[in-house]
Amino acid sequence: MKDELSGADILVETLSALGVEIVFGYPGGAVLPIYDALFKQRKLRHILVRQEGGAAHAAEGYARSTGKPGVVLVTSGPGATNIVTGLADALMDSIPMVVITGQVPTHLIGTDAFQEADTVGITRHCTKHNYLVKDPARLAATLHEAFHIATSGRPGPVVIDLPKDVQIATAPWPADVDAAADPVVRVRPTYRPQEAADPALIEAAVEMLAAAERPILYTGGGIINSGPQASAALRQLQSLTGAPVTSTLMGLGAFPASHPDWLGMLGMHGTYEANLAMNEADLILALGARFDDRVTGRVDAFAPGAKKIHVDIDRSSINKVIRVDMGIVGDVGRVLDEMIRIWRERGHARVDQTDWQARIARWRAKDCLAVPPAPDAQAIMPQTAIRRLWEATHARRPIITTEVGQHQMWAAQHFGFEDPNRWLTSGGLGTMGYGLPAAIGAQLGDPDALVIDIAGEASIQMNSQEMATATQYRLPVKVFILNNEYMGMVRQWQELTYSSRYSESYSEALPDFVRLAEAYGWRGLRIDTLDQLDDGIAAMLDHPGPVMVDCRVTKLANCFPMIPSGAAHTDMILQANEVSGEMDDEARALV
Amino acid sequence: MHIRPEAAERHTLSIIVDNESGILARIAGLFSARGYNIESLTVADITEDEAVSRITIVTKGSPAVIEQIIAQLDRLVPVHRVTDLTALGPYVERELALVKVAGSGDHRIEALRLAEVYRARVVDATISSFVFEVTGGTEKIDKFLELMREVGLVEVARTGVAAIARGRDAGQ
Repeated sequence: MKDELSGADILVETLSALGVEIVFGYPGGAVLPIYDALFKQRKLRHILVRQEGGAAHAAEGYARSTGKPGVVLVTSGPGATNIVTGLADALMDSIPMVVITGQVPTHLIGTDAFQEADTVGITRHCTKHNYLVKDPARLAATLHEAFHIATSGRPGPVVIDLPKDVQIATAPWPADVDAAADPVVRVRPTYRPQEAADPALIEAAVEMLAAAERPILYTGGGIINSGPQASAALRQLQSLTGAPVTSTLMGLGAFPASHPDWLGMLGMHGTYEANLAMNEADLILALGARFDDRVTGRVDAFAPGAKKIHVDIDRSSINKVIRVDMGIVGDVGRVLDEMIRIWRERGHARVDQTDWQARIARWRAKDCLAVPPAPDAQAIMPQTAIRRLWEATHARRPIITTEVGQHQMWAAQHFGFEDPNRWLTSGGLGTMGYGLPAAIGAQLGDPDALVIDIAGEASIQMNSQEMATATQYRLPVKVFILNNEYMGMVRQWQELTYSSRYSESYSEALPDFVRLAEAYGWRGLRIDTLDQLDDGIAAMLDHPGPVMVDCRVTKLANCFPMIPSGAAHTDMILQANEVSGEMDDEARALV
Repeated sequence: MHIRPEAAERHTLSIIVDNESGILARIAGLFSARGYNIESLTVADITEDEAVSRITIVTKGSPAVIEQIIAQLDRLVPVHRVTDLTALGPYVERELALVKVAGSGDHRIEALRLAEVYRARVVDATISSFVFEVTGGTEKIDKFLELMREVGLVEVARTGVAAIARGRDAGQ
């Protein structure tokens, strides 16, 4: 004889059966039955954020650092619309996330009821898939399917909209879903991500790689998503082939930054050696990267002499931006394993890359990330601040999150990552305000880790309310603000393309960040001069609780190297003094 | 700076989908979100249990865009398969239009005569009007409507294109 459970209880039971430990959320009228069910159980830990947008980014940070899906629970209407940015962010960066939104009772849907929004309609194009569940008997199966879709193939966010009456109504329990059964068998036959690639293509790719004289491995976030074993396989394939490695913003950490064949990040703010190597390579092996416009620069001048192989689990990524010679649809970790196996079986040896390595050494000699001189002896260059932060923390394998802008690019350039899942940043969507909630999520996923949000003074204000969340749950996150009193990247673009007309990019009326920190029960620190920098960082690390550091850096530093939008990899700007004049309209439009 | 249009070719796509709420919005929205064109779209369920629908979309784009459209459609969760009928080989394409024409005297006689040429059936008639039912390829319907405009076209309802591969097998 089966029992009956309410939809809310079925939700709690099923989430727990799916291995969920933490739910990020915010209560409201349309989720009161679920919150009551949460009150009566001890399986799920609920983390109360201060705005629903914070919950979405916290779930992203949790997912990106642990590899497990992030789970969010919010109410209808404004609760649901506030998570839209986080959904779009997770879709762009392929972050597994399941969001439960409350909805007005079924009979009120469509009547413009209080806190009603068409959540399924609004989120349709910023989710991998979404559902409106109208019957509690369907809820458990829908949740199982949602988790499978969110975490398999190219991961992404899934929304389940749950009307209030469905949370209260009951259905037989246990449901007919067998939690132990293989989810692939259970979910609908139309969803079938291709994880195993065509063996013939992999063999051909190995032969191309073995024959290449100037190969380069161009890696992306797909390696991180595929799991730590994919990063290990990447390192193995690299040591077999000797090919230099570059990575997108999202892929940092898949290959160790301390490795002699690491070229650094590529693209708009990538290194000279990475971009020139892409330009002159005879073979590009793209692994879980998607040829983003920030990576390719001018498409018609992109890597003109290279054969291109693109490995991606998402078929639509292949030939979307750059036509490639060979597209391999499959899980990048599995493809790498196969490539290693075939390489060994066929007894391939490294091709002599003396000439290639010599070219790369010449490009490296430019030392494109050299920190420019500070305007005066005690001024802190932002790049220096990041390097000192790295020196003080790298032995502890910190998890670094960022906001969006100059500080993000400086962190990507100057903070060396050795391992996957330690670098959490909003790459595709470029969401300011991502870093603090993401740090909170990451800290919850790994309570013993050192988690630092490298921030800008403008970005941090977009979600600074989440400081209270860190306080409430005693999360010792560190926020390191590079404060230059400008929306620095906006100002940099205005300098480069609009003759320094700094339209609305000055950070007027800044709060006193030290007192802001103290108001939330955090430790607040200010670093004004270079000789305070190391001590300030040490004081931040010494404090056992959350710390906000207001690090005053030079106001007008710009982020270089830079490929101006619409330019080719060979047209890099290395130094501020190479910048002049205004861009024409064609270049301006290519942002 | 000026915006320049791209060269495009016409393709008829057949999309087999789970017949669930929101599927049409999902597909139509994908086209608008990514800037693809829809020239015509038809949808109806095609299985006994009404669980599966066929959506036929006529679209225009460069070969690279068409390839992207297919890949983007194919990764939607409720999509069973996408077939590019234009690329696949011979296929049959039909559209139905209901065409209301009003007039008297010579116009009325001419309308009837033209309808016969186009094998259009009269499905409604009054002393001063006809409703014709005409089926055929898009071009034939276009041509018929062009002629009807000369003889008193009042209004028209078109179904959009339904298409299917020739031969005995289901399209891949």
